[in-house]
Parts: sequence; C-alpha cells; structure tokens
Amino acid sequence: MTEVSSADWRPNADLTAIRARAELYAEIRAFFRESGVLEVETPILSRAAVTDPALASLSTQLDIAGFGPKRPLYLQTSPEFAMKRLLAAGIGPIYQICKVFRDEERGRRHHPEFSLLEWYRPGWDYGRLMDEVGALVRLALNRPTMPIERLTYRDLFRDGLGLDPWHTEVDQLRRTAERAGLRGLDGLDLDRDGWLDLLLTQCLESRLGRGRLTFLCDYPPSQAALSRVRTSGEVPVAERFELYIDGIELANGFGELVDAREQRARFQADLALRREQGRPEPPIDESLLDALEHGMPDCAGVALGLDRLLMIATGVEHIDAVLTFAIERA
Amino acid sequence: MAFYSTNEFKGGLKIMLDGDPYSIVENEFVKPGKGQAFNRVRIRNLKTGRVIEKTFKSGDTVEAADVHDTDMQYLYNDGEEWHFMHQESFEQMTATAAAVGEAAKWIKENDICKVTLWNGAPLSVEPPNFVVLKITETDPGVRGDTSGGGGKPATLETGAVVRVPLFVQTDELIKVDTRTGEYVSRVKE
Repeated sequence: MTEVSSADWRPNADLTAIRARAELYAEIRAFFRESGVLEVETPILSRAAVTDPALASLSTQLDIAGFGPKRPLYLQTSPEFAMKRLLAAGIGPIYQICKVFRDEERGRRHHPEFSLLEWYRPGWDYGRLMDEVGALVRLALNRPTMPIERLTYRDLFRDGLGLDPWHTEVDQLRRTAERAGLRGLDGLDLDRDGWLDLLLTQCLESRLGRGRLTFLCDYPPSQAALSRVRTSGEVPVAERFELYIDGIELANGFGELVDAREQRARFQADLALRREQGRPEPPIDESLLDALEHGMPDCAGVALGLDRLLMIATGVEHIDAVLTFAIERA
Repeated sequence: MAFYSTNEFKGGLKIMLDGDPYSIVENEFVKPGKGQAFNRVRIRNLKTGRVIEKTFKSGDTVEAADVHDTDMQYLYNDGEEWHFMHQESFEQMTATAAAVGEAAKWIKENDICKVTLWNGAPLSVEPPNFVVLKITETDPGVRGDTSGGGGKPATLETGAVVRVPLFVQTDELIKVDTRTGEYVSRVKE
C-alpha cells in the first residue's frame, strides 16, 4: 500500500527517543521492585481472543507435532486474561511490560503493534490504584508536583456539553455534536455509546489533562466490559477510569470483575453483537472463566500505553517518532 | 462497483459521495480506549473544488470513484470545447470550459496536460508545471533597470497576465510556473 523508498531502512525514532524508552523501562522496573510488585511474562499467542467488538485481533497459525490440526492462534490485544489466571493462582501483585497487537488501528496516536504496561493490585480498589498510577506517571515524566484531578464521566458531559450521558437519547446526542461544530455527520448511524464516544473524542478529550493528570472515572456500564458496577447518585456506574495528559488518553483501569457467570454473560453479549455486525466471533477464553470460577481475589488493574507516555515525555505529536521502526518500515 | 473500507483511506483516494466524485485530502483515525473508532476526513469535491469534512464509522465502506489521471495532448479549442488526444491510443476527447478551468490561462496547442477522467470523461485539466509563452503586450521598461525589483504586468499569448521584470519586452518568450502564476526566466528562441 505504501511505497517503500530507499531511506526506509532508517529508524523512525531518533536516538534521544530510543534512549528515553530504555530509561523509562528502567524507572518502571525500579518503581515496582520498590513497591513489591512482581514482574511476569505471559504468552503473546492464545487459543482464545478478546470478544470486545471494538477490538480486532490479529491471528497466526502454529504447525508443530502434537498440537493437532491447524487452527488460529490469536495475538493478544492485552495481557489481561493470562495475568488474571496468575492472580487466581494466588500470585499476588504483578506487572508486565509487553507488546500487544490490534488490527485496524493506525493513526497519529495508534500503531497496530504497541507496548503496554499492565498491572494488578489484589485487595485494592480502583481509587487507590489511581493514586499509584499518578505517582508512577509523575515519576516517569520527572514532574513530581504535577497536579492530579479526578473527574466523573457524568460531570464531564454535564459541564462540557450540558447533557446527562445516562439519560440523553440518540437524536439529542446527534444534535449536540452538530451544535458543537462537527461536520459531515449526515448518514452516520451510531448507537448511544457511539455518539458518546464521538463527543468524548471530538469535543471533550482535548481539554482533559492540560498541565495536569486528569483521571476520568465512573463510566456508563455499557462502556466497561470487564469492570465492576456499582450505584452512584441513582445511576449504575462502572468502576473504570482513564488517565489523560495533554488531551491524550494514556491509561485505562478497572475495579476488576471477578464473577465468572457475569463475565461469561458479557462475553456472549459481545459475540452476539459481533454476529450482528458481521465481524469475526473468536473463541471465548474458557481458561479465564475457569480461573474466575476457581476464584480470583478482588483487585484493581490498569493498562498504560508506554508509547504514548514516551510521546508526552519527549514532546512529540506522532507515535512514529518514538518507534524504532513503524509498521510501514517493519 | 468497487468499494473502499475506511481502512484503505489515505490522501488522494477517490470516493463517491452523494453522486459526486471526491478526493481525500486528509484522513484522521480517531478511537477512544475501548469504544467506537472513527475516520474523520477532509475531502475535495472534484467537480467544484470545495473541501468538506465528513465523519465515518471505522469499518464502513464507501463507493470508489472511477477517477484516474492520464497524460493527454491539448489539440485545439473549437470555441466551445477543448479537444485533447491520448498519447498512446490517439483517442480524442473533449473537455468543457468548466473542466479546463484555470488551465485555460496557460495551455497552448500541443502541450501535454494531466487530464483527470471520471467515468471516462474529462473532469479537470492540469497544465504542465512550467510553460513557455510569448509576451503579446507589456509597457517598455525603464532602460538600465535590470534589477527586476518592482516589475510590471505583461499579457501573454494565452491571455494570462503575469508580473515580469522591467527588462523583459514584448515578443519575448518567458517561462512561467503555472502552480504559482509567477515568471521564472526569459527563454531564448
């Protein structure tokens, strides 16, 4: 698709960015060593895949004796399922730095192969985990006094657009987007979450985390497939947070769902939606469900995009500037 | 009928929208952490030149426009339409004044132009980047001034008016950059 020119053997990132990544990883490892969180490694390939309709898995095939007929193995979109199996086995607090893969994602802040830092804190709630994320990011950016704020999803939409995301119909969300100056929306057919996503990314996100760490939290339950749900101010909210700095979404965390039956129901609902949309229906991760059935401790977990953290640390606008070789040169 | 998925969007891709052909100027992929992905594009209407914005759900498909560029030789203008000939097939085609547009200011018989065809008919015409044209009228410059500082207007054989240095005179040939409409140099016959 893209022409390859003779200069394409060169790295996309300059030497400063490549060194900054090495420094960052060393700092992260020191941070977790000090706080007693164990580094783990889990497989990139899996027989099962994420069911979330918003994520597309890449797959490959294995050809070894004794493995049976060829069938797809999926590249992880996050190490979540394997790490939760470790948690159910009683491993305690763990973290991982790894490559994850998401098909169909390419842009200024998206690359189909990227680096995640993911960690889990058994016995913690998501509020306490937000504090730890804040401390780690301040350290990584070398800005120890950077202000930290928490903002609920509901308040963001109320203050920013004058609407309640729990009680606004699709037609009104469309009108709000038009009034906010978004053009070319005719013919765009979205459900409520789709319109909320459009408003969040196009009208609200850029003002989040200006000169500070903004934790956006308590999402509509329909936007958090793997998190616990509780009631807050007469509406059900998902215990989910996202961290923004300079308008960039940097991390996504949950008060983790530990109920096997509820998890299976959500997987099946995802697959039903995928069928409706004509998208692939990958196998459900039965090992994860077995682990939840066995019993996973209450915990909070978060995934943080390391490439984006490096973008912020080095002050660049495009993800390619922190990658040794972007996919077009891979 | 061919279709493109939003995954194939990139600058220069030609798509159909509401019956008109468009070219993608800019494509931005937008996706929240766990939700709906979008492609926000700026697209140019190839008939009117107008640039508009459009938002697509990622994964949606859109009809491809049968638009492609081909080099053609400009033959003549019959007073109403402009006649071009394909360099290899020698097939001749006519373009309307609207399709020729600004290129009319610059092209002369036998010039090779980039003609954009839509469903096989000329949609727009781009002149060569540089053309050599004769000056049909310009004020005599002040003798001795060779700096070219202020310049003066000169009318060319195609009717276009460009600013030229004071030392350039009527009947001389000059080279012009059609992208900027600026004088480049004198040309010796």
